[in-house]
Amino acid sequence: MRLLLAVAACLALAVAVKGKPATVSETAIVSPDDPPLLSSFGFFNGGPQRPSSALLPYALRTPLFSDYSEKQRFLYLPAGKSYTVDTEGRLQFPVGSALIKSFGYHDAAGKLQIIETRLLLHRAEGWVALPYVWKADGSDAELKIGGARKSVQFAKPDRTQMSISYAVPNKNQCKQCHSTNDVVTPIGPVWQNLSFETVAAEKAFAARGLLPKALPSTEAKWNDANSGSLEARAMAYLRVNCGHCHKPTGAASNSGLFYDDHARTLASLGIGKRPVAAGRGSGNFDFVIDPGHPERSILIHRMRSVDPGIAMPELGRATAHDEGIKLLEEWIAAMKTG
Amino acid sequence: MRKRNKGACAIAAVGLAFAGPVFAKTISVAAGPDAQSRLQEALIGAVPGDVVELGEGRFDLTDGLSLDVAKVTVKGQGSGRTILDFKNQLGAGEGLLVTSDDVILRDFAVENSKGDGIKSKGADRIVYHKLRVEWTGGPKETNGSYGIYPVESKDVLVDNVLVRGASDAGIYVGQSRNIIVRNSLVTENVAGIEIENSYDADVHDNLATRNTGGILVFDLPSLPQMGGKDIRIFENVVVDNSTPNFAPKGNIVANVPMGTGVMVMANRNVHVFDNMLGQNGTANVMVVGYRYEHKDPNYDPLAKGVAIWGNQHDKAGWDPKFAGAAQIAVALGGSLPPIFWDGAGGEAYRPIVADPVPALTLGMADIKATPEQAQPSMLQPSTSLPPELPRIMLPEAMEAVVR
Repeated sequence: MRLLLAVAACLALAVAVKGKPATVSETAIVSPDDPPLLSSFGFFNGGPQRPSSALLPYALRTPLFSDYSEKQRFLYLPAGKSYTVDTEGRLQFPVGSALIKSFGYHDAAGKLQIIETRLLLHRAEGWVALPYVWKADGSDAELKIGGARKSVQFAKPDRTQMSISYAVPNKNQCKQCHSTNDVVTPIGPVWQNLSFETVAAEKAFAARGLLPKALPSTEAKWNDANSGSLEARAMAYLRVNCGHCHKPTGAASNSGLFYDDHARTLASLGIGKRPVAAGRGSGNFDFVIDPGHPERSILIHRMRSVDPGIAMPELGRATAHDEGIKLLEEWIAAMKTG
Repeated sequence: MRKRNKGACAIAAVGLAFAGPVFAKTISVAAGPDAQSRLQEALIGAVPGDVVELGEGRFDLTDGLSLDVAKVTVKGQGSGRTILDFKNQLGAGEGLLVTSDDVILRDFAVENSKGDGIKSKGADRIVYHKLRVEWTGGPKETNGSYGIYPVESKDVLVDNVLVRGASDAGIYVGQSRNIIVRNSLVTENVAGIEIENSYDADVHDNLATRNTGGILVFDLPSLPQMGGKDIRIFENVVVDNSTPNFAPKGNIVANVPMGTGVMVMANRNVHVFDNMLGQNGTANVMVVGYRYEHKDPNYDPLAKGVAIWGNQHDKAGWDPKFAGAAQIAVALGGSLPPIFWDGAGGEAYRPIVADPVPALTLGMADIKATPEQAQPSMLQPSTSLPPELPRIMLPEAMEAVVR
């Protein structure tokens, strides 16, 4: 394995040397000023779909649903630096690192049109989250700390045509989801949830990590029945889609409803739990999860709704996630009734 | 005494001088096109010490606003003149969210937000002053839940606000400690004021009228902070809470009977005194246990240490709206007395009642008992009162804001 990694590292190096030289500006990443233009970082070579060869692409087995947008994720590590993996599988990145995530939709001609690119920059004082919106000609993207809205047309997997007001989050909303004890932290890069589109990408990514001997095994993939039990897939979905806020150190700490990895009880999972501050989010139902009854579980009601006073999660939800709802309905339906 | 006060002021002044930022500035934001991005960018760009000053007029907003910078004041031109209008809101769970400490919100209005009006979470030493949060169509199930909603915070001051139309509570303070809610008007909400799972609160000099229930003090299970305690409800006017309950079912306040004045559920050490109470069809004061199934071994569903004295009572209890109440009223000659206790926990939990009006116990000592098992009897008045709870003191800088 070690030899393989060494070979992979050499390959990655070779690719880097052969391709366009990396032009990423580490100064831009770590300096306290937030550049008004994305090009200041050198992550892209003149267009959202022309990433610098210094970026390491990755994907997630179970991603956060964001209005059916397509996402492209990249990691930038400072030259000569590595990431580590902690005992819970969370990747730890050195100062100077950046996580880069672009969002877009396929147009009628099947071409992916990128709308925005969100950055998580690891500076000496901590992580900073910044949203950049691409100009219409794709030449560069502009910082929009106050967020933005764009009207977007796309087709859902079942081919229903949708027309929505797509929301680019503002800087505070970035933090809302990305905060742990009020400090911005990455959410996505967890070893057991990583996936890669190509073997080369996987090798290049692995080559930059100082990996511990024991790594957590891959977790269930929400939409792959062969990857784990219904329960395991539902829990993976809940952790990724809800657990960033619904954790004792997150934005929804006061709810007492927790979907992160901490010790779980029936009540903290919402099973037989009455709502606290749901308001009209309750939908006239008594329990967050009513075992055996998805049709009267508040969790499903709030996932179905696109009304901002009801919808959960609160962001990126101009559309309901039909396939995610189906998974959780099956999970709740299969529970023994109380 | 006088000398000591002077000393304290001097120390506070020195503290302020050191804490105060050097380059505090005022960022003015006018109503008009692009209000959403201009105002949100001002709230993000502010640095500690800044004032974000909102101009006169109606700000047409499409998303929730948020503030995450400490020591910022957001100030309008008056709650009738500066209006944050959320009728076209497309996203976010509240109108304005504050997540930083030492924030002052004053002199503006929030109208028709899709979720809560103003929420502050983990925001210590927050001041809400001269604000109006309103759902302008009046009571509707589709209105947002809470008007003013501080949660998980230490040192909270709500002074001189008006909240109308909340489908849960007008002013809701949750899982917080050291709280004052005063000089405010709450009307046509399901609950006027609700203090929930909180410690150390003074609720005084408020007018709660035409809500479903006027002032509620609750403790609920399965939450990070439980065991609500040490709360004083005094010198409020709680009258004519006659709005039919319009809360979506499932929420705890959906079970509050129309015509409730002050309601205490599952809290410890709640003192209700020197209030004017009347025209509340179910009861002027109600003390009950949490009678719902729960799965929390650390939760105590019983109310304990409740004391009621010095209140003026007008008519109450002529049309009680909780399950089984009608039969009990018939047995008592058609009406319930102004004060009742459900009897949860039995004698050791009996509230101290020293008001000169009849008080009833339903005799349901078992927390699992149902109203059909009620064994009503009159509560004997008490002559000895418990030691008074200490007055809530907030940091001087917070009080200085509203003086």
